[in-house]
Amino acid sequence: MQKYSIFSLIKNAFSNHQNWDVAWRDPVPKKEYDAIIIGGGGHGLATAYYLAKEHKITNIAILEKGWIGGGNVGRNTTILRSNYMWDANGLFYEYGMKLWESLSQELNYNVMYSPRGIINLAHSDAQLNTYARRGNSMRLNGIDAVMLSQKELKKMIPFADFSETARFPIFGALMQPRGGTARHDAVAWGYARQADSMGVDIIQHCEVTGFDVKNGKIQGVETSRGNIKTKKVGMCVAGSTSLLAEKLNMKLPIESHVLQACVSEPVKPFLDHVVTFGAGHFYCSQSDKGEMVMGGDLDGYNSYAQRGNLPTLQHVLSEGVAMFPNLSRLKMLRTWGGIMDMSMDGSPVIDKSHIEGLYLNFGWCYGGFKAIPVSGWTFAYTIAQDRPHELNSQFKLNRFNTGNLIDEKGVGTKTWVG
Amino acid sequence: MLEIKCPFCGKRSQNEFSYGGDASIKRPELGKEISDKEWDDFVYFRKNPRGKHAEFWHHVAGCRQWFKVLRSTSTHEIFKTAKINEEL
Repeated sequence: MQKYSIFSLIKNAFSNHQNWDVAWRDPVPKKEYDAIIIGGGGHGLATAYYLAKEHKITNIAILEKGWIGGGNVGRNTTILRSNYMWDANGLFYEYGMKLWESLSQELNYNVMYSPRGIINLAHSDAQLNTYARRGNSMRLNGIDAVMLSQKELKKMIPFADFSETARFPIFGALMQPRGGTARHDAVAWGYARQADSMGVDIIQHCEVTGFDVKNGKIQGVETSRGNIKTKKVGMCVAGSTSLLAEKLNMKLPIESHVLQACVSEPVKPFLDHVVTFGAGHFYCSQSDKGEMVMGGDLDGYNSYAQRGNLPTLQHVLSEGVAMFPNLSRLKMLRTWGGIMDMSMDGSPVIDKSHIEGLYLNFGWCYGGFKAIPVSGWTFAYTIAQDRPHELNSQFKLNRFNTGNLIDEKGVGTKTWVG
Repeated sequence: MLEIKCPFCGKRSQNEFSYGGDASIKRPELGKEISDKEWDDFVYFRKNPRGKHAEFWHHVAGCRQWFKVLRSTSTHEIFKTAKINEEL
């Protein structure tokens, strides 16, 4: 594989950039693979990459119905963080943060990791107390967390509404300085390029239409491009998980919902951090191009439509204007929606299933993007070793039955319980 | 914007309603001994189809009645609404 560097850039400039190698091949599916990953999004690509790199399983196919990176990995607000209180989440996402920190070097692809800090605003003394508790829990798990006073915040985010007449006055904040953003497409493309270079077949426009299961064991998959044999199948299909599970007569504890995001017209730099509103569900950051990247709540009803409705956007943006009044002067450039696999406790599942050789990865709710490296890393371990790694040992499929929920926020599929 | 026809008030905008999810869910009978599995199904497992979906909605900023809606989850088209004790 051609290494990307300043020298290769200069060299290719002389030939008008006509001679770059393709970043990944477009192979014809083989008759049999050691493992098949369904879904060529961030999680699927990362899983294949770590299977090849960490576990030396390279005879793998990634089957993608559309094109790689065309789903939620291209539709999110690119936020990275590990500011969780429960150990199951904190330790898992913190391992992910460590992977993010060296990801550009590891993939030889600039994922534009930007540790600009994520600030959670508090609007009451009670909220500050709960944030302090969360911050302390984070620090006990070795995650960076600092409390910010109103005075400090005024210097950091001067355009926020600090007036005493604000509907939700700002009392202070919890910040994770290492949190931040990354370039979402680059993450998909970087993983795809490296996985491909190790021999992984990335097969696009290939839809899985059925499974071949005999005596409780996976034998292969049926696809729109023919049947493929394999002993191990990993499913990373986010909002479409229920549809595939239905083909196996499995019912899963998730609902698919549409989550919208939007960007404004580009403006001069005015926000250096990721900021979340504490009195509702709104978060924003400013992209390198100058657009304000914003998101908030689900539309609130089951959907596979990848587009939402205006009332939710209006609600979300009114929260934004309450936080940064000058946002009201901006025009929106684009809005879009992605289909979230909303689990019933708000936490994901990375586990084996009752079918031997079938592994499940779903339930990412609002936060699938930041989890890409660690989800891929732990899912690859689970597939290769046929057992969960310690990091994902609590993200069990049967936790709803046993009562071991990971209810970090106390919200699941419903937006109004919070 | 969805326009939802409340069986009591007629067509109103989505803003007046709140969503209640899968309308096929029935609470286990009071006083009946049931297994953990059945409780698990009742509390955590919902239908999640792409296409026609029977669901509960609540006219929370109107008559405050719960009712049923048959809606497509892929196009958001609403085919039919019915009172809670009626069949869709």
